[in-house]
Amino acid sequence: MEKTVVGKSYPRLDGPAKALGAAKYVADLKMPNMLYVKVLRSPHPHARIVRIDSSKAAALPGVRAVLSGQDCQAMLGLYLIDRPIFAIDKVRFVGEPVAAVAATSLRLAAQALALIAVEYELLPPVLDLATALAKDAPLVHEKLHEYAHIHNVFFPVPHTNISNHSKIRKGDVNLGFSQSDYVYEATYRVPQMQHVPIEAHGAVAQMDMTGKVTIWSGCQSPNAVRKLAAVAFNLPEGRIRVITPQVGGGFGGKAGIGIEGMVMALAMRVAPYPVRLILEREEVFCGTAVRQGLQATIKTGYTKEGRLLAQEADLIWDGGAYTEYGVNIVRAAAYSSAGPYDIAHLKTDSYCVYTNTPVGGPFRGFGMGELHWALEQQIDAIAAKLGMDPVAIRLQNAVCDGSTNATGEVLVGVGLSKCIEGAARLIGMDATPSERKPNHGKGLACMVKGPSTPGTAASSAFIKINEDGSINVTISSAEIGQGMQTVMAQIAAEELGLSMEMVHINTPDTDYSPYEWQTVASRITYSTGNAVQRAAREARGKLLAMASEKLESPPESLTIVRGVITRRDGIGPATSIKELALGLSLPTGAGRGGPVMGTGYFIPDGIHGMDPETGQTPKVTSHWTFGAQAAEVAVDIETGKVNVLRVSAVYDTGFVLNPLLALGQVEGGIMQGLSVALYEELQLSQGQVKNQSFVDYKIATAAELPEMLVGFVETPLDDGPYGARGFGEHTMVPTAPAIANAIFNAVGVRIVDLPITPEKVLAALRAKPK
Amino acid sequence: MQRKIAFTVNQQQVEMVVDPFERLIDVLRERLDLTGTKEGCGGGECGACTVLLDGESVNSCLVLAVEIDGKAVRTVEGLSHYLELDELQQAFVNEGAIQCGFCTPGMLMSARALLDKNSEPTVADIREAISGNLCRCTGYERIVVAVSKAARPASALT
Repeated sequence: MEKTVVGKSYPRLDGPAKALGAAKYVADLKMPNMLYVKVLRSPHPHARIVRIDSSKAAALPGVRAVLSGQDCQAMLGLYLIDRPIFAIDKVRFVGEPVAAVAATSLRLAAQALALIAVEYELLPPVLDLATALAKDAPLVHEKLHEYAHIHNVFFPVPHTNISNHSKIRKGDVNLGFSQSDYVYEATYRVPQMQHVPIEAHGAVAQMDMTGKVTIWSGCQSPNAVRKLAAVAFNLPEGRIRVITPQVGGGFGGKAGIGIEGMVMALAMRVAPYPVRLILEREEVFCGTAVRQGLQATIKTGYTKEGRLLAQEADLIWDGGAYTEYGVNIVRAAAYSSAGPYDIAHLKTDSYCVYTNTPVGGPFRGFGMGELHWALEQQIDAIAAKLGMDPVAIRLQNAVCDGSTNATGEVLVGVGLSKCIEGAARLIGMDATPSERKPNHGKGLACMVKGPSTPGTAASSAFIKINEDGSINVTISSAEIGQGMQTVMAQIAAEELGLSMEMVHINTPDTDYSPYEWQTVASRITYSTGNAVQRAAREARGKLLAMASEKLESPPESLTIVRGVITRRDGIGPATSIKELALGLSLPTGAGRGGPVMGTGYFIPDGIHGMDPETGQTPKVTSHWTFGAQAAEVAVDIETGKVNVLRVSAVYDTGFVLNPLLALGQVEGGIMQGLSVALYEELQLSQGQVKNQSFVDYKIATAAELPEMLVGFVETPLDDGPYGARGFGEHTMVPTAPAIANAIFNAVGVRIVDLPITPEKVLAALRAKPK
Repeated sequence: MQRKIAFTVNQQQVEMVVDPFERLIDVLRERLDLTGTKEGCGGGECGACTVLLDGESVNSCLVLAVEIDGKAVRTVEGLSHYLELDELQQAFVNEGAIQCGFCTPGMLMSARALLDKNSEPTVADIREAISGNLCRCTGYERIVVAVSKAARPASALT
């Protein structure tokens, strides 16, 4: 049937409210008698807390509560419960919350913080991976072996700093190397970096006098916040309500649970008054989750024709002080470690390593940006060694239908080659050398990613029909800028035969909106989209059943167009969704049926755990999405400065539900990827973040905007709504290696450590053999 | 020392007593509940809090309340005509210039300041005008397109 709403460019539904300044974010909420929170943070990377004296702070007039790890022993964790709300017994990173104050004003709260006396006994800090992995290294977590975690999915190594070791053993890697003509090994590094949502993290919490807690949080995952808070505070989920207004950017930094634990603990002390914590920008840099660092050593065996036969990968992740969420990034990297290539023999060891640095966590791409920084330069370097075309070597090794990936899964519906060819064509990769300007170059990189969720990650949706014939679509996905609300509305409108202006959609409130696992993993279009589609179909079925009675025609003979229900052949009378919204009115004056609702749920089918020793499994994730980007750069050989002139991107998204919003995702991803490539790095000195402001931590501005060329391939996904796949995160994954490859093409130097600063480029140019 | 100040916000006359440490953004958000103006960094580095002060774009987190005495402030709430989006706001919506929306009010005010002075800006002019406004979502391209589109009808009128 012809689609009328999906596949079309509708402006986002939340656009007008955001343009008018009417959209409400958590910092815009103001409640009577609200208390303000300030957090005392550790000045040391690793120290024992000898004593905390908060008596003077508590005695300050206007201070309503002071809490520290002495009063609150609650622990948080998504996959491994290792993170206290306030440091208990010792601090593990500079910026770790030690105590918090709730007072009648922010100024008073700040004054009170200065009155809290903490005595520390310094411990030897673990500030880098080498120290962390050394024999007899100081332990960041002495009780790692006691921490609750998901067994047989994550593998902590007791009495070490390794909180997870994920393995892949596919084929026989020694055989693969012995069959290879050449072996190439290189090491690539990615520093920790910040998500930098323009909205700082914030939450408000209030406990009423019955003990029910409400949390308003600018978070990605209201149900995860509720679940993890319920575990931490030993409360049933039904006694916690999480409301998520508009969220000013997430990128993974607001996934899982963050500062909500602190505000909830304080709210439980000062009931019935609400408490509010909005982080300062410097607290976002040092105190919230960052992208994990990575040191990747890749050894590749290949034939003289350029076929990859074997790969051994050591992926050592800097997980920071707590890895409750980060352990799963390490696992995802292991099972994705072949990248987008068909490699018969694979051995991967992916380690999550504790250090006394900021907490590592999910970041748009969930390890794939870091992994592909290594893999996509590795294959480029091999092409250069063989004198091969970088596009040709990728096409030769790219997975296709019937290929197996790192876990041995047989892939179907793979459109990778079309993405590579498309990105190469858009940027003009095949231009002859004579057309090249000096110190200009082009490079390409491709990528693969699947949603790294538990096999049980669920979505649900609820649709009710209003008296005016409009509908409310109720879900608990967070609108973090990705345009999810608009796409969900399009799906509901398509299924119910409504125009877009007849669809209303909510922001989450766990008391009223149905369950959603998390707004992460590029899974909302796919997973929630399926739930919304099913809910709409259920509502449609009920409407058509009533219409059938009213129009005296079987349901399958009927259709709904712009809310009007008629026979498909146009013969006979009509009714409408509006007329049937509250049930069927019979000519006798009686009624039948009732107000129409539709419900739908979705869990991906057949996700299977990995073999603990080999990582092999028939299906580790719901689906894979492939893409490629190519960059054109100009390198200033006097200064080392890299100017990114153009970037092309082609993704196989299965089906483009909204071209305008899809374009926005890709352009935004390219620019974030460019920013990561050239500028971003958390600069640490003795564990302390030195660049805690936008002056010192540069992100890309409009001044650095390259020309962007975007295309899509549509290889339908069997169980995606209209065939759609997730791709929001994927859009930034290959940008940095594409730029690095373009620099190599331009001036013959390869920068293997992010970011690509002018200093590194200049040093490489000077070291280059003449 | 507290001081009484008088100024206009979106053409409405306002008088209040302010503390010496109070900032313009606090006056707008906390005193007047005009929460359309966003605070992103508190240090004048991200542009989310951009408003117009006597027609010039300023970071409202860097302006002290006492400095606005006798001046005219325009915020994002002052762009629309009652509930109707102006052409710049409409262009932001139509062209996909908005994602999470947190930088949007500041972007709009920087763009407004540009268009008020230059009704036919070049792409370079637009990029320059918004280069002090950080956006982490859109990649800026749609914003540049939106400002260009909004400028065109205005230039056609003159």
